[in-house]
Amino acid sequence: MMDAPDALTQPSPSVTYGPPIAMLAEVTHRCPLSCPYCSNPLELTGRAGELDTATWIDVFRQAAELGVLQMHLSGGEPASRRDLEEMVSACREYDLYSNLITSGIGLTEKRLAELKERGLDHVQLSLQGVDAAMADLIGGYRGGYARKMDVAGWTTALDLPLTLNAVVHEKNIDRLPEMIDLSVRMGARRLEVATVQFHGWADRNRAALMPTREQAKLCGQRVAEARERLKGILVIDYVPADHHADYPKPCMGGWGSTGLNVVPDGRVMPCHAAHTIPHLVFENVKDTPLADIWWKSDAFNAYRGFDWMPEPCRSCDRKARDFGGCRCQAMAVAGDAAATDPVCIKSPLHAQLQAMAQADAESDGELTYRVMPK
Amino acid sequence: MDEDTTPRLLSGCRTKYDSVRGNWVLLAPERAIKLDEIGAAILAETNGERSLGGILDALATKYNAPREQIAGDVVAFLASLRDRRMLEIS
Repeated sequence: MMDAPDALTQPSPSVTYGPPIAMLAEVTHRCPLSCPYCSNPLELTGRAGELDTATWIDVFRQAAELGVLQMHLSGGEPASRRDLEEMVSACREYDLYSNLITSGIGLTEKRLAELKERGLDHVQLSLQGVDAAMADLIGGYRGGYARKMDVAGWTTALDLPLTLNAVVHEKNIDRLPEMIDLSVRMGARRLEVATVQFHGWADRNRAALMPTREQAKLCGQRVAEARERLKGILVIDYVPADHHADYPKPCMGGWGSTGLNVVPDGRVMPCHAAHTIPHLVFENVKDTPLADIWWKSDAFNAYRGFDWMPEPCRSCDRKARDFGGCRCQAMAVAGDAAATDPVCIKSPLHAQLQAMAQADAESDGELTYRVMPK
Repeated sequence: MDEDTTPRLLSGCRTKYDSVRGNWVLLAPERAIKLDEIGAAILAETNGERSLGGILDALATKYNAPREQIAGDVVAFLASLRDRRMLEIS
């Protein structure tokens, strides 16, 4: 899930949507890790389907002209692309803030220094656990944890800002205090604690990954305590376990309001999981200017504003706060992307969703890892 | 915050004029903060070498404003950036 930048993102109920603030460039689906909660789709794009260097760079130029301020270079593992250096240079040329979202695998000290030299602004490193046993089990890649710790050290030694991103779930959520200690020890300025979102690969691992209500509650308390204790040392962003909540998350800060995703083959989507909404057609940067996709495409306009909302969202006084929640979750659980997010206590499916979450939390299962097609 | 301390934006935190929206922004890890005129003016004087006292002097002169009146706003703004790990004060 993309973090909605604050302060610029205050959509008003009278809605005229502004330009996007952030773009997620999923430059490849290739990745040495195979995390069972990967946010990439079940149908992954292979190398042959990826946009080439020149096309990506042209998309960055268009994004900057459109008003994008931050370019998140992500994947898959963006370091799997040999032209990552050229992409970072292009971001600097177009005055985009470049953020490398990485597992660390594929980076060397020399390569990281080169990326900094070319203008890289920030490194966000994923953390699958606080020791090699847990991290390498979840990532499905032996030696991954040790390499990550090296990358964290190189990052701070280069005076690049470091954020650690920890997806938390049933198997590692209880070790949050150690994740926080590790972040401080590694010199990270920020820690993102994101409870796993049950779309795509994660949805196949519900039994293995769903935290219990008690785990989720304790995690929230620990985050609140650590934020206070570490003020001025470590900033903690937190995505709570929405399946145990009474109100939905303000997904993406509102559909098509602040950010866009460009996937490896060039299609443009309002969020990671939008492709799970079958009636939406996503236009491609190979055929259509990015600005036209943002302002005019049916997919981006589908759930903007409030006019699309049925009851109980339409008359709800929270609608400007949570935008009715997550469209993809509504699709997955209610079978209707315009329905109230079933997380919401006002949804007729709320009790069912919570019962499912409770059952999954109490059961366990084998991990189904993400696999790349041959 | 002592007047002889020196505020400095941390690496990866920089200001830019956002020509699409017509305002200054502070870009930082995972954040883009719209700056009002006061915030932009403060950061324009925050170069990592000038002390807090020097920044207050510069702002008071430039905007012909009473120094003691602006001091509270400046300190509060810089402290908020410090708490969010965008600025250090040494």
